[in-house]
Amino acid sequence: MSTPDNDVLLRVDNLVKYFPVKSSGYFQKKEFVHAVDGVSLSVRRGETFGIVGETGSGKSTLGRSIARLYDITAGSITFDGQEISQYSQRRMRPLRRQIQMVFQDPMGSLNPRRRVGSIIGDPFAIHGLATGAERKRRVQELMERVGLNPEHFNRFPAEFSGGQRQRIGVARALAFQPKLIICDEPVSALDVSIQAQVINLLADLQAEFGLTYIFIAHDLSVVRHVSNNVAVMYLGQLTEIAPADDLFTVARHPYTGALLSAVPLPDPDLSERREQIILVGDVPSPIAPPSGCRFHPRCPKAAPVCVSTIPVLEPKLGDKPAHVAACHLPMAQGENLADFHPTIAAAQRVIEGGGLLSGDEAEVSTVAAEALATSDTPQPEGRRQ
Amino acid sequence: MPLLQVEELRVSFRTADGIVQAVRGVSYDVEAGQTLGIVGESGSGKSVSTQTIMGLTRGAQVSGRAVFEGKDLLTASTGDMQRIRGAKIAMIFQDPLTSLHPYYKVGWQIMEMIQQHESVSKDDARKRAVELLRLVGIPHPDRRVDDYPHQFSGGMRQRAMIAMAMALNPALLIADEPTTALDVTVQAQVLRVIQRMQEMFGTAVILITHDLGVIADVADEVLVMYGGEVMERADRRTLFFNSHHPYTEGLLQSLPAYGGARERLRPIPGQPPSLLSPPPGCPFAPRCPYVMDRCRTEDPPLAAAGEEPGHISACWLPHRGSERAELRRKLLEAEPAGTAPSAGGA
Repeated sequence: MSTPDNDVLLRVDNLVKYFPVKSSGYFQKKEFVHAVDGVSLSVRRGETFGIVGETGSGKSTLGRSIARLYDITAGSITFDGQEISQYSQRRMRPLRRQIQMVFQDPMGSLNPRRRVGSIIGDPFAIHGLATGAERKRRVQELMERVGLNPEHFNRFPAEFSGGQRQRIGVARALAFQPKLIICDEPVSALDVSIQAQVINLLADLQAEFGLTYIFIAHDLSVVRHVSNNVAVMYLGQLTEIAPADDLFTVARHPYTGALLSAVPLPDPDLSERREQIILVGDVPSPIAPPSGCRFHPRCPKAAPVCVSTIPVLEPKLGDKPAHVAACHLPMAQGENLADFHPTIAAAQRVIEGGGLLSGDEAEVSTVAAEALATSDTPQPEGRRQ
Repeated sequence: MPLLQVEELRVSFRTADGIVQAVRGVSYDVEAGQTLGIVGESGSGKSVSTQTIMGLTRGAQVSGRAVFEGKDLLTASTGDMQRIRGAKIAMIFQDPLTSLHPYYKVGWQIMEMIQQHESVSKDDARKRAVELLRLVGIPHPDRRVDDYPHQFSGGMRQRAMIAMAMALNPALLIADEPTTALDVTVQAQVLRVIQRMQEMFGTAVILITHDLGVIADVADEVLVMYGGEVMERADRRTLFFNSHHPYTEGLLQSLPAYGGARERLRPIPGQPPSLLSPPPGCPFAPRCPYVMDRCRTEDPPLAAAGEEPGHISACWLPHRGSERAELRRKLLEAEPAGTAPSAGGA
């Protein structure tokens, strides 16, 4: 990862972004949300780099930090050979043309009171390029390129459908033929039939302009479809990075395994055949993340080493260098997570919230369920505790 | 006799722009203990149809029938509806935070629900609330029963909603996009809880979703809606492996394949129809690759399709497999390349 490489457009080293939490008292210790906590990755020119993770994993914060929409807490961001993490707003300005973002909610990222033509024309205005008729011509070119009718130049965002609005967002990002576009959940607000249209559009534009994408999404089938490499994020850290096909065939990190198994498959055969791993509990608080491997409280394979030692992202079990996982006990191919039980103390595990009940508790509840099901009258006294 | 029988349901709303015909002649039935999946995109009418049945679409013009246990819900009195709603038919929604009152404790809200419908003491209602929370997998329910909704995570809130919905052992649970706001791992948890409740209590479930993956996971029967109408109904396997309607086919094709080669996606071209002035004929005709002249003028009725009993489809294409394949091939060839779902390519 450390060799200078012309192929690499973006390198992120140990990026950290904390947000302060409003504290309630003068003497209270200042607390931080550890949104991104030591992320390193590199993105090659022309590729699509997918980032998947659940709510609160820090994937959006990571994307916004890379675009320098946030000032980062620590770490470095090398874009096209320049270390940009400490650039002032002014020095960033010319680079902003090269790094663009497309957001999830096209309505929220378009000013409803402005006409589409002027929204897409903004980049030209801000950077003082192209005015008047020239600007209009270029805006209409962009509109045509993303599949919008250029005659709709004077319409307002509300007059477009969701898919079309996302096209407006893409057109605006494309204005200066950027090198990198960070797409943050670009299709998750769209219906499936429209989603496919936008994904194809992004693929066409990539082929035409040689764009590099960072594609942030929670939908694993979409990420797999568009990405060359995929990084999996959990509680502010990367748990695994791999070429898309490898990740989806041989996941090494138990979190990746559980995540993949939870994806509902639109195929009754596949969905009946596979065994779902239902994780216990919810994602812990990013204010005080767990020690060692952050996934240990919910991991079926958790062992004492997972609590004490932070795992390093590295190739596991003879994987090629491009496939790295941060896990002490990586999964072998064909291994079934359901066969494992954590060997750490109960106090270190999440039993809070979560999966179905197990063991005794489930039995008690079945009894309770029967009582509830059969009686319209209040249930008998003194059955519990 | 089916548990719920919906016949020719029509719902329209008067808006500033004109009359929106949200549901246009929808019929279906739900058997006791069965899971009926209703799938469709935004604006297909999938939520409005069930909300209307529950009497939740005030100000709408409604016609048709929705017979539940011998009573037409659409003409039932307010008092009757209040006795049915929650007790016999329960509902859970997409966003549990807006369905739970932020000011009241979760347990209190479940107790209120129980006491509204049954004369039980406060103590007994509370015990049942605790038991229900335990049932849906809330840890330490005896403590959590006194928490406020904001102290629950998203997944736990949806579990609490399920607990509340199941409190009176309803015959039918309507789940409207119950997992859409949740992460996949939590979604898997919640779907299991619903399935488990269904097994324990024998509840019938109407599961409304846009996610074909969720449908493949849990539905027995599937209803595909588009433009306020039912396009197709089939059992789960038939729908995924032997669908008849071109819209169903288009939906399935526009999904990225989970395994295998990463081919270019095949979206359905165009936009869903406006329900302000829906086109005459089949609502899908403007986007259909196999469209015929007849489709643009005459709306096809739901008719038996394929070999499976209960498989119905609203499409003018022949219902016999071999004839249909033949005609579809001809139609695709006759059509200029631009309008068909783009094949192959870059």
